[in-house]
Amino acid sequence: MTEQIDHYLADYLRMDRLPHIWCAGCGLGIILKSYVQALYELEYDLDKVVTVSGIGCAGRASGYVNTDAFHTTHGRALPFATGISTSNPDIKPVVISGDGDLFAIGGNHLIHAARRNINMLVICSNNFNYGMTGAQYGPTTPRDMRTPTSPYGNIENPFNLVSLVSSAGATMVSRWTVYHVHQLKNSIKKGLQKNGFSFIEVLSPCTTGYGRLNKMSPTDMMRDLRDTCKIRKVHPTEANIEPGEEVIIGDFVDIEKPTYTDVLDQLTRRTTE
Amino acid sequence: MSEAIPTGKHFVHGDWACAEGAIAAGCGYFAAYPITPATEISEHIASRFPQLGRRFVQFEDEIGAIASVIGASFSGMKAMTATSGPGISLMLENIGLAVMTEAPCVIVNVMRGGPSTGQPTMGAQADVMQCRWGAHGDVEIIALAPQSVQECFDLTVHAFNLSEEYRTPVFVLSDANIGHMYEKLEVPVAEEIEIVNRKKPQVFPPDYKPYEADESMVPAMACFGEGYRFYSTGLTHNEMGYPDMSVETQDKLVRRLCDKIRRNKKKITMTEETMTEDCEVLVVAYGVTARSAATAIQMARSEGINAGLLRLITLWPFPDWKIEEVAENVKGVVVAEMNYGQLVREVERSVKPTPVEFIPKLGENPSSPDEILEKIRGLAK
Repeated sequence: MTEQIDHYLADYLRMDRLPHIWCAGCGLGIILKSYVQALYELEYDLDKVVTVSGIGCAGRASGYVNTDAFHTTHGRALPFATGISTSNPDIKPVVISGDGDLFAIGGNHLIHAARRNINMLVICSNNFNYGMTGAQYGPTTPRDMRTPTSPYGNIENPFNLVSLVSSAGATMVSRWTVYHVHQLKNSIKKGLQKNGFSFIEVLSPCTTGYGRLNKMSPTDMMRDLRDTCKIRKVHPTEANIEPGEEVIIGDFVDIEKPTYTDVLDQLTRRTTE
Repeated sequence: MSEAIPTGKHFVHGDWACAEGAIAAGCGYFAAYPITPATEISEHIASRFPQLGRRFVQFEDEIGAIASVIGASFSGMKAMTATSGPGISLMLENIGLAVMTEAPCVIVNVMRGGPSTGQPTMGAQADVMQCRWGAHGDVEIIALAPQSVQECFDLTVHAFNLSEEYRTPVFVLSDANIGHMYEKLEVPVAEEIEIVNRKKPQVFPPDYKPYEADESMVPAMACFGEGYRFYSTGLTHNEMGYPDMSVETQDKLVRRLCDKIRRNKKKITMTEETMTEDCEVLVVAYGVTARSAATAIQMARSEGINAGLLRLITLWPFPDWKIEEVAENVKGVVVAEMNYGQLVREVERSVKPTPVEFIPKLGENPSSPDEILEKIRGLAK
């Protein structure tokens, strides 16, 4: 029998699964806390949300939340969540996964889920590398950064996630960081209430792998989020992330359009009339 | 046609029958990516599902299709996908996930010639081993092989029932010949179609352990939104569904996943025997090839050779016990299949040391009755 812990969020977490596996200084704990805090503040019915994740460090988030939850295969959280959303429109799937999972191996699913406007919230922890496998470079790693598979510096161009998801058709697109906890939590609350495909990129430090290899301490990484990130209203295509330069955060897209389930229901009405 | 079950006689192709079988079985979610020769299943579902308020999604690829099918299955739906060999190659990762998380679902493979892109419009029976061994790790799979349009309907219904009973993906291994062949289909009235539904938990949510099984070895299945708040993962997990990397948990889990099918082999496997009581030469065949074999044994009988046919309806789990029994007193066994040697390996293993003659057939057509007859004659000498 696990010890009962008196905490206002204890009902929102699988206390028997804690402590979590994440490294000291990792931002995923803050993302997880922001998510359950948002559910708590909204008094969201926990039986109406399914937390889904892919593979990697962020993929473990689904295992700590006291909702129905599913840890899928690498990159496949979004099609899995599409199956949920279209089968049971009363349920809001919330995907918490990493940048590599969602934009490399799962990139195709991401653009198509956004294009269809599946009603779901995607919280993407962007730590600029593949943390779980040992900090290899990925589709978000800035140019010249050193990783075990880019020992001479990264030669590839990174994706601008907010621009990519906006152009794919998402109805809500935001970027925050684990330093901006209040804005992050409020953004998650907005995404939970939004009827449509909502995407929140969360910049998050990977201290053990990526940080150490690039000579950034955990405090340096958190300080950087504070000092280089500026809340501005710009077109998503202007929100590239370049090392040493200002990073634009905030809300990029907030529009309304019929969700995929709305359209499916209309189709049923049209074919049965 | 908006009624759920089109009771009566139809002149249709096998893909149509598969789609209607799914509808009759209560399939509420279907996802697929277009691929020859399975596309007609999607096309028929696309026209029927909206009228029935069911969900059809055409995915960006087969990987997404099967992943969504698992999501739908855990949302309480009976769910299916249909594809051909190249699509199965892409799906294997999540077929493993369905086995591991015990997601009931049906996968139709309308087989075509391979490897790779192969012969898209031409039939083959060359994905039999892929179906069995394609997913990584230790898995058991259930696979059914229809030989007619009627069986495309009947076995699709049955595939859903098996998937619900054993909480496992079930394959329907059709092929381009049957998928595109027009024949009579007789759809029974709804009351005559047996429907099996997954076992639901009988405990209150705090007491529910999503991967705790009784002697049936199949855990009761809660679905999303029912208040059980369960967690499921493709990682090795304990009875709570939580990741557990211990040797003991891996051993216990993998044994249960495999044994729930292995130990029910005799209950699951279906075969059909024709003139096997007195046969000296036994033909083993399945799917479209069994139709040629049925003619071949008649031809042999008219020549005075006592030939019999054992048609395999269930390919996996392999009905070795039945073959052993039927082949006990025969001089030899003929195996005909549309590949370069797949299920014949299982037959050889089952009837050892009885001689086995194999007829490989590559490219569109099954073996002809004459080709099978020739081998029967050889073994009867």
